[in-house]
Amino acid sequence: MATKNYAKTNVEVNEEGYFTDPSQWNKEIAKEIAAEEGVELTDQHFEVLELLRQKNDAGEALSIRGINKSGVVDVKTFYQLFPGAPLKKATKIAGIPKPASCV
Amino acid sequence: MSENSHKIKKVNIICAKGNIEDIYAALVLGNGAVMEGIEANLFFTFFGMEGIVKKWMKKPHTAVIGNPAMRMPGLGSRMPTLMGVIPGVEAMVSGMMRREMDKLDVPPIDEFFELYTAGGGKIYACKLAMDMFKIKEDELSEHVSGVLTVGEFYELAGGENSHIIFT
Repeated sequence: MATKNYAKTNVEVNEEGYFTDPSQWNKEIAKEIAAEEGVELTDQHFEVLELLRQKNDAGEALSIRGINKSGVVDVKTFYQLFPGAPLKKATKIAGIPKPASCV
Repeated sequence: MSENSHKIKKVNIICAKGNIEDIYAALVLGNGAVMEGIEANLFFTFFGMEGIVKKWMKKPHTAVIGNPAMRMPGLGSRMPTLMGVIPGVEAMVSGMMRREMDKLDVPPIDEFFELYTAGGGKIYACKLAMDMFKIKEDELSEHVSGVLTVGEFYELAGGENSHIIFT
């Protein structure tokens, strides 16, 4: 457990930098985490972040397949929006726990 | 998880067998690599061709005979080898396995290839296996990038922190 300061707010994160309390998140905070990850957020990024947060709230397991089927973004675009490790990066920026899924 | 200073940069996965579990082991490893930002090549050869030939890849099977780890669905006891010789048993067990995987969001092979290649993963077929099984290139899934000889495979697999995995 650690505390990080984003957009003048202290938030609780785990040792890998993932939020332990998703309710502490807001868009300004997201922009600062994204900058750390080398991503500049656009409206399309925020649509994906909202989708991930909704799925997380609903207790759904996050998977690449689920994102592809969501209708919000296809996988190719998802990889382009969050280059490298998309699901790990996107969940970190969305202020939700790291996904435990293998697919 | 601890930080490792020698991160894997590339994986080259060889799939030489065509049971559900063999094909999916290769797919999960490959797709998992791409999801982590690791470059991935999947190389299908011998009976692994089952996974990339369009007309075969829709319904892969698992072995009921010669598979001592096969348990009776719902009961948990070992499936008697003799049951496997009954026509339809292998198809039924395989169908059940595919449905269970689908529930866990493990997609059918074709859709899995789509996700994997969308992330930059590459799929190749083995030249020798193509010749041996008399498979033509137009019979392969459209996600296959090319047909390689073993030498070409090694060339492809080169690079720092690149690994070859044989499933």
